Amino acid sequence: MDFSYSDEQRMLADTLERLVADSSAGSPTAPASLWRTFAELGLLQLPFAEELGGLDGDSIDVMIVMQALGRSLIRAPYLGGLLLPGTLLARLANSAQRERWLSPLLAGESRLALAWQETASRYDAQAIATRARRQADGWVLDGTKQVVLAAASADALVVTARLDDGSLAAFLVPSDSAGLVRRDYATLDDQTASDVQLDGVALPHDARLGGDASDALEATLAQGRAALCAEAVGAMQVACEQTLAYLKERQQFGAPLASFQVLQHRMVDMHLNLEQARSMAILAAASLEYPAEQRDYRISAAKAYCGEAARFVAEQAIQLHGAMGMTEECQVSRYARRLIMFDHHLGDVDHHLEIVSERLTAA
Amino acid sequence: MNLDFTPEEQAFRREVREFLAAELPDDIRERVRLGRRLSADDHLRWQNVLSRRGWLAAGWPCEHGGPGWGPVERHIFDEECAAAHAPTVVPFGVSMVAPVIMKFGSEAQQRHYLPRILANRDWWCQGYSEPGAGSDLASLRTRAVRDGDDYVVSGQKTWTTLGQHANMMFCLVRTDPEARKQAGISFLLIDMASPGISVRPIITLDGAHEVNEVFLDEVRVPVANRIGEEGQGWTCAKFLLTHERTGIAGLGHAKQALRHLKTLAGQIRHRGRPLLELPSFRQRVVRAELELMALEITHLRVLASARGGDAPGAESSLLKVRGSELRQELSELTRRALGPAALPFFPDFLYGDVELEPERAEQAAIGAQYLNRRKLSIYGGSNEIQKSIVAKTLLGM
Repeated sequence: MDFSYSDEQRMLADTLERLVADSSAGSPTAPASLWRTFAELGLLQLPFAEELGGLDGDSIDVMIVMQALGRSLIRAPYLGGLLLPGTLLARLANSAQRERWLSPLLAGESRLALAWQETASRYDAQAIATRARRQADGWVLDGTKQVVLAAASADALVVTARLDDGSLAAFLVPSDSAGLVRRDYATLDDQTASDVQLDGVALPHDARLGGDASDALEATLAQGRAALCAEAVGAMQVACEQTLAYLKERQQFGAPLASFQVLQHRMVDMHLNLEQARSMAILAAASLEYPAEQRDYRISAAKAYCGEAARFVAEQAIQLHGAMGMTEECQVSRYARRLIMFDHHLGDVDHHLEIVSERLTAA
Repeated sequence: MNLDFTPEEQAFRREVREFLAAELPDDIRERVRLGRRLSADDHLRWQNVLSRRGWLAAGWPCEHGGPGWGPVERHIFDEECAAAHAPTVVPFGVSMVAPVIMKFGSEAQQRHYLPRILANRDWWCQGYSEPGAGSDLASLRTRAVRDGDDYVVSGQKTWTTLGQHANMMFCLVRTDPEARKQAGISFLLIDMASPGISVRPIITLDGAHEVNEVFLDEVRVPVANRIGEEGQGWTCAKFLLTHERTGIAGLGHAKQALRHLKTLAGQIRHRGRPLLELPSFRQRVVRAELELMALEITHLRVLASARGGDAPGAESSLLKVRGSELRQELSELTRRALGPAALPFFPDFLYGDVELEPERAEQAAIGAQYLNRRKLSIYGGSNEIQKSIVAKTLLGM
C-alpha cells in the first residue's frame, strides 16, 4: 500500500498546475490552442497504451490531470472529447479503425465525442432505444441521444445502439452524415453539449466497432466516473480555499468572519468532506483494473460519496460567501455550479447508491 | 500509488490471524463478542499474551522494544484484533504515557518505566480532566507545591477510565499558580498506592463502572517523577493528545460493528422480510458502508504521511470526528435493529458473571452499548474541540 506519487507523476502535477494557472485568467471555454498545447505536452496520449500510440499512463495519471482541470476555470473537454470516446474506441476498434480515428484523436488532429445517453434511459447506458438495422451495404441508425459532451466540435461521434438480436453495439458516425441533426447548447457547468437526432443515418459495414460493446462501454463509463470524481475533488479544493480566504479577509462586527466559531466549524466540515471525497477519488482510480463486479461497486460508492460531498461544499461555499457567493462575478460561484452539476454526469447520488445497495453483501 | 496490500502485508495479516486464533483465550473472546465488561484479570491475561509475543506495544519503535511496525501493519493488526473479538489494549500505558516518556523523559525514566510497560507490569490511568476543567483542560487546578525532593499534590481528577485497576497515574498538575495558565502546568507520574489518594466510582448512563473520580490529598510525589521540565506539562499533554486521537478513529471497531449490524439486520425479520431489505434502514446501512470506505483510505493516508514515528498532526482530529460519528451511527442502527428486544437490561450479566440464556446473551449488550458509545464524541477532546483545533492549526482560522 502506497499513497505517494512517482517522480514522473509529481512532474506531471507541477506541469499541469502551471498550465492551468496560465490559462485560468482567460475565458472559460477552452480555445483550440489549448487542445494543441495538450497534444504537445502528451496529455492526449497519456491515458492510452503504448501500442495504440499512447504514453501508457495509469489511472492515477488521469486522476492527476482531472484534478488539475477541476482546479482551473478553463473547461477543456478532456473527459467528453478524449477519455470517453477514446477509451471506448481503444477497447473495441480494429487496427484500421484505430488508424483512421484513434491516431488523429491522440495527435489532436481530429475530435470525437461519445453519444451514449438518452432521455428515456436517464443514466442507464444499457436501456437505450436507439436502433441499428443491418442493410445489404451496411447499417442504418435511428434514435435520439441526449447531452453529448463535446459533440459540437467533434468530427465524428461514437454512438451506442441496440441491434435486432438485442446486443449493444457502438458505431462511428461522422458528424456530417446525412440524417444526423445536432442541437448544440452550453451547459450550466460551462461546457458545450448537444442533443443528437439520428434519422435513418446510413453507415458502411466498417462503421461498427468490434462485437458486443456492453462490457467495454461499462468499463469506459467507470473510467469516466473515476475521472469525474478527481475533477470534483480539484474543484472542491478551490471552493474550500476561496471560502477560507474570504472568511479570513471579510470583516463584520469588527472582526474577521474566520474568528466566529460557527463558521470555523462549518469550514472544517467542508474540509472534512473534501478529504473524504479525495480518498474516494483515489479508491475509484485504484479500482479500475479490478474485475467488473468489484470495480463497479467501488466506482458507484465513490461517485455517490463525491456527489454528496460536492453538493455540500458547493452549497456551503455559496452560503459562507454570503450574497457575494450569489454573484457571477465571484469566482467561487463558477466552481459551485460545476460541483452541483457534477452529480448530473454519469449517474447521480441516487443512481449510484442504488447500485451499491443492490450489491451490498450481507457481511 | 497502490492501494493493494503487498504479499508481505498479506502474509502479516495471516500471521496475526493465526496468532489470534491460537492465543486469544476463548472465555475472553466470548465476553468481548457479547459486549460484556472484562475483569482486570481478563485484561491482564490477554496483555500478557501480547507482551510475550512482543506485540503489546504495537506502536513502539524497535529501539524501545516495540515491533517497529509501519502504519499499514498497525492498521492490519487493529483490524484483525477487532474482527477476532480481542480486547482493546488498555491504552494509557503503551499508547499514551509511553510516547511522552520516550520524547520528554530522562534516560533514567525511560529505563525504569518503558520495560515495565512492555512487560505489562504497570496499569496506568490518566489524570487529566477535573470537575472544573473539561474541554478547557488548561484551567486545571490540582496543585503541586515543591517541598524538598517532593511535590505535594492536592486536588481532584475525574473521568479516570479504569482507574479502579491502576497502580500508576500520569497527571497534569499546576506547579506555578502565577504563570499564564498553560505555562504553569507540569506532568507528573504518581504511584496510586501513595497515601492521600482515594478512588471513587462514577456509574455512567449504561449502568457501568468504567470511569472514576480520583481525590489527591497532600500526596507526596518525588520530583524525579516529573517528565520534562517544570512548566513543560502542557507540551507533553498536547503531544499525548494527538497520540490519543489517532487510534480513536476506531476503524477496526467500526468495521466489526458494520459486519455485526449487517448480519443482525439480515437475520432479524421486519413484517416478514429481513430488516436489511427495509429501504429506509438499508439506505442508512449503505451510507455507513460508504463512510467507512472513505474513512479507511483517509486513515491510511494520514498514517502514511506520519511515517517516521512522529505523531500525526491535526489530521488525527478529522479522523476522530468522522470515526466517532460513524461508530455512533452504527451503534444506533444496531440498537434499532433489535426493535423491542433492545429494552431488556441485565447488568449482572453485562458487568458481572451471572449467565443468561444464549439467545438473550447475544443481544443483551446492544442497548447499553449504544449509550456507552455516546462517549466517543466527548472523550479525548470533544468533537467540537477537535473542529476548533482543525480550524486553528490546519486552516489557520
